[in-house]
Formats: sequence, structure tokens, C-alpha cells
Amino acid sequence: MWRIRVFEERVGELTRADEVHGLIHLSVGQEAVAAGVCSQLRADDAVYSNHRAHGHAIAKGASLELVLAELMGRDSGLCRGVGGSMHLVDVEHGLMGATGVVGGNVPLALGSALASRLLGGDQVAVVFFGDGAVQGGIFVESVNLAALWRLPVVLVCENNGFAEFTPRSAHTNVERVSDVVAPYDLERETVDGNDVGAVHAAFGRFLAEARGGGGPMLLECLTHRLRGHYEGDPQRYREALAAEEWQELDPILRLQRRGAEEGWLDASTPGRLEQEAREQVEEAVGFARESPFPPASLTSELVYA
Amino acid sequence: MARELPYIAAIGEAVHQEMERDESVLYFGQNLATNDEDPFLKAFGSDRVRVTPISETAEIGMAVGAAFAGYRPVVQLYMAEFMLVAMDQVVNEAPRFHYMTGGQVKVPIVLQAGYGFTAGWAGQHTGSIYGMFLGVPGLKVAVPATPADAKGLMTASIRDDNPVVFFHHYLLTLEHGDVPEGEHVVPLGEAAIVREGGDVTIVAIGWMLGKALAAAEQLAGEGVQAEVIDPRTLAPLDTATILQSVEKTGRLVVVDQSTRHGSAAAVIAAEVASDGFSSLKAPVQLVTSLDATVPYSEPMEAYLLPDEAKIVDAVQAAVGTTVAA
Repeated sequence: MWRIRVFEERVGELTRADEVHGLIHLSVGQEAVAAGVCSQLRADDAVYSNHRAHGHAIAKGASLELVLAELMGRDSGLCRGVGGSMHLVDVEHGLMGATGVVGGNVPLALGSALASRLLGGDQVAVVFFGDGAVQGGIFVESVNLAALWRLPVVLVCENNGFAEFTPRSAHTNVERVSDVVAPYDLERETVDGNDVGAVHAAFGRFLAEARGGGGPMLLECLTHRLRGHYEGDPQRYREALAAEEWQELDPILRLQRRGAEEGWLDASTPGRLEQEAREQVEEAVGFARESPFPPASLTSELVYA
Repeated sequence: MARELPYIAAIGEAVHQEMERDESVLYFGQNLATNDEDPFLKAFGSDRVRVTPISETAEIGMAVGAAFAGYRPVVQLYMAEFMLVAMDQVVNEAPRFHYMTGGQVKVPIVLQAGYGFTAGWAGQHTGSIYGMFLGVPGLKVAVPATPADAKGLMTASIRDDNPVVFFHHYLLTLEHGDVPEGEHVVPLGEAAIVREGGDVTIVAIGWMLGKALAAAEQLAGEGVQAEVIDPRTLAPLDTATILQSVEKTGRLVVVDQSTRHGSAAAVIAAEVASDGFSSLKAPVQLVTSLDATVPYSEPMEAYLLPDEAKIVDAVQAAVGTTVAA
């Protein structure tokens, strides 16, 4: 979680300094979902992400250097600088598809789950989407088909209460995403998405069932997007969170408090982890800055496989 | 050995043979295999032949995800217009991934889509909408006009590592023609010179090929020898073959069942105007549908569509004009 937090805060700075260009969405505040889910997956489990993809990529094992080089448009980036922030894909680590169109990734995960079934393997597909994706037809089509064919896919909703710039109440009368899928006879659960232990436990149960032939399942993680929809968003649609409220919500501080209370985390460890993360991120910044831009000819070379 | 087969059977034979040859080929679609006697279901089983709900977006998206894992799904969409409800997947997911991932993944899927059913099917099931896919880099577009090409292009489409929209014409469904038995591959991106001639080049797409050939026969009786080219695929477009023909004839007529603006005909005309201008002795003639939705009433439908007489008129206009060099 520290790696994701520090990385994204640094990306925010680099965006303002115009070293990272284009549209950037940060997941600061939502790290517990990516960490609680991806830490339990294997490289051959396919993960599908969305426009807010950095945390999922890092949690699934992508190298900080290659992600940052991608965000800085370099040839050494994960996708050779062609994809950028919203399209991070790292096949080696099973990050199969990050799509910039809300909901566009959900049926892709069904395809990975179908392939797992046909191959007779125990790979599980996971797709991350926000609460804004749930009101789209693509979501209903995908849930119906996944349930009908009993595909091993876990649908993970990061419900941060805002779909882009408007609250959930402006989108639907249904408060809980887990209630939306009730008629489809699939296992579903809503958890506190800022409690990494709760995310880990609930997802772990679903994962074990999916590995054993079950599925699909829906895990709704209630979380908070600390920053705007995109970097530079003036956020005129909501009040800033008071510092003490954020202290209560911050998934990293919560885990640290819990560790201290339960006696398994000594006082120096959080600072050390943060410092290690900062050093790794600075190394990644150095790597990316020194990497060349891709050759312009790549533009046409990649059109067809 | 070739034997006569209807166009639609030639397509089915290609899918069947490829499914036999390669276990990674899957077949999805609504109402596919409606009973246990279905030949695909009997041969390949319900794991590979999958009946889907009416959920084009999920069907196509799922095909893309399965393609990432090495499968080669063919999605039977029946009507080309049904793709329109899934345009995000067709335009903004499937053809983007190989590119946006820096080449990490391939998306070998085929979207099988019937079009042009101008036989009283009215406004929403009759469009010749391939033109709107020409501005989508990464997507290939096949438009077979004969049973043999239908088989050969479907085989090539399934074997291709890119997403291919395979447009088959509904009014050609039962047209018979010689089709090679066994393996038959027509490479994507190669036009066919179907009739040779030195006076004018006619490029005719899909169903229009038969009409262009009939017009060419009539014109031959008047002393005009038309060269007739079937592009067979619109993306990639075999511009070289068209330009070479125009270099010889100096005149070009493009026949396309689709509406004129934004059409494949307009793209072909632009390519020749851009790269073959010095060969042209007359303005390029476009014979297309009117820029209107296909109407239901039969005389109105005929009024809207290109036909043999309109092609003959266009050729005569092209041949009858010579611009100063």
C-alpha cells in the first residue's frame, strides 16, 4: 500500500511539473482494495483494470520503473509508451487489460474466465470497476452471462461513492451494488474497502471457491477517493474531507493502528516501509527520466499484429 | 477439386474446417445450434459451440478476453447492425489492444456480420455499413462477393491474428458458385481483377460485383471494355491493384451499395485522386445508394439502390469525358 501511495503522490507531482502528460487518475485512498485482492493472486490469474489503474498494476506485480516509464511515454515503459496511464497492461504479471471506457473491461474478464474453464485450469479472472460502471448495460449483460455459464470471475466493485463528478444518488436509487446483482444467483458481499483485512478475508473466500470451480462472485468494497476524478479536478462538487476524518479513513493508518493494537507491528516498521517505498519510487523516476522516447515509426508498426 | 456450393454454405464450410484443424477456434452466437442435430454442435460440442443471450457487447468482449488467452473465437452476429449496440467493443476495445499494449497481446477474433438485405427489410436491417469501420486502425474488413471468396476469406480471417469484421451479403446467401474443396485461403488485402479491359476501371464491392459484371457485358456490346475489380477486403485495401488498373484505363467508376458520404467508394476515389491523379482522363464516378435510410416500399427501395443501368450511365459518362492534360 505504501508503494502505491508514494508512487501515486509522486505521479501527481510529476503531472503538475508536466513530466507526466495527459489524463491521470489517482487511486489515493483506495489502496486497500488493490492490495487486499491482488496480493492473493497468481501471475496466471487475469486481472482487468480501468482508467484508475496504477494501484492494480503495482499490486499485481508490475515494476515501478516500467509503470512510471509508461506514464512518461518512454520506450522502456510497460506498453512502450503507447498505452499510458489508462491502458496499463503487463501480460507477464497477468494484468491483462486496463480500459479507459467505463465498464468496457467487464466482458473481457469473462473471456479469460471462459478460457480458464475450457483449458481445465484453476485460474480465476478478476475485474475492477467503479460504482459508475454498474448502471451501464454492459455490466448487466456481463453479470447475466457470467452467472448463466458459471464462469470463474470475481467482479470487484470499488464503490467510492462518486461516478466521475457526481454522487451515486445522481445515478441510481439502488444504494448497494451488491443488491443490483441479487436476482442472478451469485455470491455477493459488501465490505469496508478501506479495511485491508476485511477485503483480504472476503476476497480470499471467493477466490478459494472460484479456484474450486465456483463463480461468479461480486465483492463490493466501500472506499474513498481522496483526490479528484482526475489530477487537476477542481472538485467543486464536494466538500474537502477534514484532516481528522481522513485520519479515520486512511487505509494505511488504519492498518498501522490495528497492527500496533494487536501487537504485530513495531513502531519503526511503518516509517521504514514508507522510506523504502520512497527510495524505490525515486529510482523509478530516475530510470524513466533516462529512458528514451519510442521511435516514431512504432506508430505504424503496431497497427496490425 | 471445386464443386458448386451456395455462398452461405461456403462460409459454414470454412468455419467447420478451421474448427476441425484448430481446437482454439470457438463459435459463439445467438440462436446458434438450436437443436442437438446442429452439425457444428455434433462435431465440436457445446464447449466450443456456444449459444449466447442477446448480449452483443458481452459476446464480443468475451471473445476479446478469450483471444488474449490464445483462443480464436468467431462471433456470429447475423445482422451487421447488431454490432452497432456493441461499438465500444468492436471499435474501441478489440482493435486497440495489440497497439496500446505495445504488442503484448493479439486479438484474433472474427465478427461474422450479414448486411445489405435490401429485400423489404426496411430501415434497420439493410445497411451496408462497412464504410464506418474503415477509420478504425487495427480492424480488418472483408466483403466477399462470391462463394469461393467467401470460403477463402473466412479461412484467412480465422487464421489472422487481428480482429476481422467479415461482412457477408444477405442477397448472395443462396447464390451458387464453384468452391474449392479442402483448404482454401484468400489472403486479406488482395483485390481480384475479375474481368480485364482497357477502357475503364470499375471497382465493385460485394453484391455490386454481379451488377458491375452484367453492366460490363452490356458495355462490351457497345465497344467499351471495362476492367472489373473486386477489392474483396476494404481494410487493408489493395490500393496498388486499383491504381495499376487506372494507370492503364485512365477512368474509374466505383460501385458501392452503401450511402455515398463516408463510404468505401469515397475512400477509394480519394486514394486514386491523391495517388493516381496523373493517370485520370475523366472525373471519378461514384455509383452508390442515395444518402437516405433504405425505405420499405419496393419501388422506393429500387430507386435508392445502385443498379446495372446506373452503372452503365456512369461508365458512359466517364468514357465520354476527356479532360485536358
